[in-house]
Amino acid sequence: MTDAATLFGLCAAALVGLGVYALIVNPQPLRKILAFNVVGNGVFVLFGAVAHRGAALGWGGDPVPQALLITGLVVAFSASALAIAVLLRLFDETGSATVASDPPEKPDADAGKA
Amino acid sequence: MIEAFNGALALLVLVLAIWTVVARDTFAAAVGFVAYGMLLTLVWVQLQGIDVALIEGAIGGGLTGAMLIAAASRLRPTEAAARAERPGLPTRLAAALVAACVAAALAVAVLALPDPAPTLARETADNMAATGVGNPITGVLLAFRAMDTLLEAIVVLFAMIGVWALAPDRAWGGRPGRLHRADPDGILAYLARVLPPIGIVVAVYIFWIGADLPGGKFQGASILAAMWLLAAMAGLADAPPVSRTSLRVALIAGPVVFIAIGAAGVWTAGAFLAYPDGLAKPLIKVIEWALLPSLALTLALILAGAPERPAR
Repeated sequence: MTDAATLFGLCAAALVGLGVYALIVNPQPLRKILAFNVVGNGVFVLFGAVAHRGAALGWGGDPVPQALLITGLVVAFSASALAIAVLLRLFDETGSATVASDPPEKPDADAGKA
Repeated sequence: MIEAFNGALALLVLVLAIWTVVARDTFAAAVGFVAYGMLLTLVWVQLQGIDVALIEGAIGGGLTGAMLIAAASRLRPTEAAARAERPGLPTRLAAALVAACVAAALAVAVLALPDPAPTLARETADNMAATGVGNPITGVLLAFRAMDTLLEAIVVLFAMIGVWALAPDRAWGGRPGRLHRADPDGILAYLARVLPPIGIVVAVYIFWIGADLPGGKFQGASILAAMWLLAAMAGLADAPPVSRTSLRVALIAGPVVFIAIGAAGVWTAGAFLAYPDGLAKPLIKVIEWALLPSLALTLALILAGAPERPAR
């Protein structure tokens, strides 16, 4: 039982590391949102492993962190949805999607839209 | 045997996570993310968090994945330009070093966790009788930490308002953009007719048993939203104009009922979100019934995106 918690806890640590790397290296904003989700998954699984270690009284895990995880997953979805909506609006406005520091070029006759 | 399964599962999750990081194409990375989300669901089962597994499968992998795939296909024209911005080797090496340090620090923390682990399971069990529900997670969500759940429902609503606020002026109050142009005789249209009745039954069942077994309103609401998304993608359903009054009433009904019951607790039980003795279970049920349709609608409209077609 403790083994599963330790194994997936270490797996979660690796997920956070991978997500941090992707967040820095991938230039596409959508990839950064995806990386943010991978970091989030790592944090959640780590928290879940801690919850599993707190198993007692026949329950598979400590119910308090598990309930907080449900809240956390829904909030992470909301944040990703808002980020994606902002990104799509940026694309509609400028015809490009970039986080480069030089300002995006002016839209040429509503580029990307029919 | 189970150790071998867990080891293989952890390895597969890591390989798919690496795929989402290194895949050249954003679309391919998003597809990999969905498969990775489904495998994470199995991780949650192995960590004995069945309620979390349900929400991960429905929201973490399912709805987030659908949203990422839709965005990736729309942003495809920007792919080539973005690839040119890929940082050079020194930056990538520095990023790898930072990421490795973060992962190593977390791994050390995991190995140094206290033994025996602290747990609130005993306190929860001692007080479960007062809530009248059998699923400890529902008890925590709607009684002991009801404030979190209330704020969560409001955060989801605010995210939807934020998405709406991104509408261009000409489309304000109109309908969200069409999700897809599907062949009306294609397999998608067929599945969108066959699957929603089954999905609705599953969603209501998961919602209904949430009081005593793993499940609940968030899981049920995300399955309902997914069923609507399926019908919308097949062109069988259309999103309503966001200025419709009945829609707005339905969206806020759940949180309003929750806040009203919470405020009533100030007089009847002495604290905001406290339930009077003996009435906890019926009140929890009323809150869950009120939240389910509001949450399902909110999640579906978040997926539909900002209004793009002017109201006519």
